[in-house]
Amino acid sequence: MENFSLILAIVVVTALAFDFTNGFHDTANAMATTISTGAMKPKVAVAMSAVLNLVGAFLSIEVANTISKGLVDESGIQPEVIFAALVGAILWNLVTWLVGLPSSSSHALMGGLIGATIASAGLGAVHGDVLVTKVLIPAVAAPLVAGVAAMFATRLTYKLGQHTSEKASGKGYRAGQIASAGLVSLAHGTNDAQKTMGIITLALVAGGTLAPDSDPPVWVIVSAGIAIALGTYLGGWRIIRTMGKGLTDLQPQQGFAAQTSAATVILASSHLGFSLSTTHSVSGAVMGAGLGRKGGVVRWSTATRMFVAWGLTLPAAALVAALAEWVTAFGTWGTAAVAVFLVGSSAAIWVVSRREVVDHTNVNDAATDEPAGVVTTAMAAVAPPPAGAAAEDLAATIPAPAAATEATANPSAPTPAV
Amino acid sequence: MHIDWAALGSVFGVSLVVTVALVGLFTLGIVGLSKREEASTRGDSVALATTGAYMCFALCAAAVAYGISLIMA
Repeated sequence: MENFSLILAIVVVTALAFDFTNGFHDTANAMATTISTGAMKPKVAVAMSAVLNLVGAFLSIEVANTISKGLVDESGIQPEVIFAALVGAILWNLVTWLVGLPSSSSHALMGGLIGATIASAGLGAVHGDVLVTKVLIPAVAAPLVAGVAAMFATRLTYKLGQHTSEKASGKGYRAGQIASAGLVSLAHGTNDAQKTMGIITLALVAGGTLAPDSDPPVWVIVSAGIAIALGTYLGGWRIIRTMGKGLTDLQPQQGFAAQTSAATVILASSHLGFSLSTTHSVSGAVMGAGLGRKGGVVRWSTATRMFVAWGLTLPAAALVAALAEWVTAFGTWGTAAVAVFLVGSSAAIWVVSRREVVDHTNVNDAATDEPAGVVTTAMAAVAPPPAGAAAEDLAATIPAPAAATEATANPSAPTPAV
Repeated sequence: MHIDWAALGSVFGVSLVVTVALVGLFTLGIVGLSKREEASTRGDSVALATTGAYMCFALCAAAVAYGISLIMA
């Protein structure tokens, strides 16, 4: 690797940083239900997920040769474009982590690629029809499929198991949850670490260090696996809290049904050629499990904020990436400025997060008292207020504040007993 | 624009059937274990409940193994 240029080195480091944020952003997908139902201790759960992510990175040798699934024209893509895309994706991952909302890392990455590509090559390089078939439809379908499956599974397991002894069911559901959470972790390591490997390989090919169509070098596989495992072990506790406690109150039966549904949907969809987002599937499964239990409630205010975040993921990451690409086009100092901006804003987000620390000690506390940061307020403002009839209906069944706007406008609103 | 409704439909169908079947099977296993406890406290034979429970868990384990093979493929 004699002609390993500076921009290439920056892209590799940024890709690994994205991989790291991907890991801690998505810990919740595998482990939120296991942690909130008490099936595993928080630290043990993230450690297991990290190990399985690392194993998953090495499991499959079939590396994605396209990072955008045909979303943008990748021929002649420059390392600077990839760098700008990664900047957008990383920042969106950090912002959603700060406000504790699960959102798809893949969507953030695709959004970043779209934005950077538009800024560098114009609108024509983005394939709009692929955007609909690979992003929009799966985003709607994933939570529905996983949610419906989890709801019926929850109903069934409560019905069948209503006369079982406490001891047998407690042990049983714990083992079941651990198994399905392990599967999700493994699948995540395989899919998402490969995404990073694909990015780095593409950048190496674009930079002329690797021959086209070559497999990723061993150091790429190893570093991508380690980065995602470290991120997973760090644990995105804020997102875990929202997913495990914020959307609904999960009992072991529901946790098991939700996690099994998510694992099934993820594996079935990737195997049958209609990839669905892990984050969307798990969130949908958790809500379905909440609806499946008699007396179970879904906190639609939290769910609404999550849906808004999903809708914003692609455009927000695209906007940041487009700006980043515009600045990098000014040459070396532009790239340096973007790199400094990325490091600076990441540090700022971290500093803000220290105001209210969420870690393994308080991950299972109620998630409804999260601070109303700038972004939360902004998201709440964008969230459509529920229609009158719907609001009454919600108020009758859900103890949470009916609308996100109310919750942020009136912090002393009664929080539901958890 | 080509939307693969057939693939989406089969993802929906397969996910629904497999999830409900697996969770149902696993719950039956738990019911079996619970029955075994009851039977042993009464002093009855535990063979049937034990065999049934472990059959259910074995099928679930097979499904997990199949899942891992899908990940590796």
